[in-house]
Amino acid sequence: MEQEKTFQERIDNEVRIEPKDWMPEKYRQTLIRQISQHAHSEIVGMLPEGNWISRAPSLKRKQILIAKVQDEAGHGLYLYSAAETLGISRDEMIEQLHSGKAKYSSIFNYPTITWADMGAIGWLVDGAAIMNQVPLCRASYGPYSRAMIRVCKEESFHQRQGFESLLVLSRGTNEQRAMVQDAIDRWWWPSIMMFGPHDSESQHSEQSMKWKIKRFSNDELRQRFVDMCAEQAKLLNCTLPDPDLKWNEERQHYDFGKINWDEFWNVVSGNGPCNKQRLDARRKAWEDGAWVREAAQVHAEKRAIRNKEQAAA
Amino acid sequence: MEFFKKYFYGDYGDKEQTGDKNESAKSEVSAKMVSPIGGGRAGAEWPLWEVFIRSKQGLDHKHVGSLHAADAQMAIENARDVYTRRNEGVSIWVVESKYIHASNPDDADSFYEPANDKIYRHPTFYDLPDEVKHM
Repeated sequence: MEQEKTFQERIDNEVRIEPKDWMPEKYRQTLIRQISQHAHSEIVGMLPEGNWISRAPSLKRKQILIAKVQDEAGHGLYLYSAAETLGISRDEMIEQLHSGKAKYSSIFNYPTITWADMGAIGWLVDGAAIMNQVPLCRASYGPYSRAMIRVCKEESFHQRQGFESLLVLSRGTNEQRAMVQDAIDRWWWPSIMMFGPHDSESQHSEQSMKWKIKRFSNDELRQRFVDMCAEQAKLLNCTLPDPDLKWNEERQHYDFGKINWDEFWNVVSGNGPCNKQRLDARRKAWEDGAWVREAAQVHAEKRAIRNKEQAAA
Repeated sequence: MEFFKKYFYGDYGDKEQTGDKNESAKSEVSAKMVSPIGGGRAGAEWPLWEVFIRSKQGLDHKHVGSLHAADAQMAIENARDVYTRRNEGVSIWVVESKYIHASNPDDADSFYEPANDKIYRHPTFYDLPDEVKHM
């Protein structure tokens, strides 16, 4: 009890918690869940975009897309190693992903059917991710906050390249403009669902705010995102697919329509358009890579023995 | 009081390895993951390495995070890909996490206490007349 009080005081005083410090078991478990799911999202998030690397419309766009996907692999690795400091092994986390025990962001269970989806993902999906991630740079757990600072530094290019790509298309032919609008129509609602359930229904929010793992509520961040995108959409000469989207002079915010939470929970519980495909791809990559992991280890052992023999000689 | 304990970044200890309460379900999954080719070694993790990067000549190497690799050479190559994609470094050190020793945070109060009452170690402790220049 005394320990718990000291712990909360440190958090209240903005003192970061480091791996070997005492922490409540619940704090540790909450962080393991959140950080590992965040890591899984980065890793699974490579799949919808990987779909377009070989079909990017120009060498420039292909290079950009490869760099972005490579960053996502890196972000997954920063986060996995932050989670490992809390007492879970990398293999355990990967098992949890592959068995379906651990979740990843639902947004990656939607298909990427046109090139404009790459732009829409950058603008909307990465935009929503940044909105969530910037406050996490000040999360109370040191390794998580340091990983997030790294992630955020790199993420801003992701959003900008997406918007710029849509901008170019929006100034193109009628077909290209239609493709942009279609991508926005499909990605808008899933993107604003990324902020999670309403505050009144979010099961982990309150404790996470007290522990300063979260700094702003789901609804607060979602509102900021809607306000930002409503303005940016104008620059693309596009509309967001919400008839109720309207500036509210009194609130100084945009009002927006009802979110289809049935769809959200349906995708979370595994019935989205691509849930199976994504997990199958992850499992296959893991299984196909087994011989590489093993060979590298055997090679390292052989080299260590050889080095020892040389030193002895 | 234990004066010195072997601690390393990412050292979980035994007590905390309870990420999964359902042991039987877990081993079932692990069994499935062992590759048909791998002679039961497929589940073995590569060791963990701590990565230190010098961002430019003249500055110290600084801890940036960790990664898994089969050996030192692979750790350095992976560190380049994971931690220096945007020219963040000119030099990389890696050290296997199990070789890092650290002070015990539980003892921090008493451990650093000797420095607390020695204010005369700071230049501001000394009152000098304004006429003294350049000191």
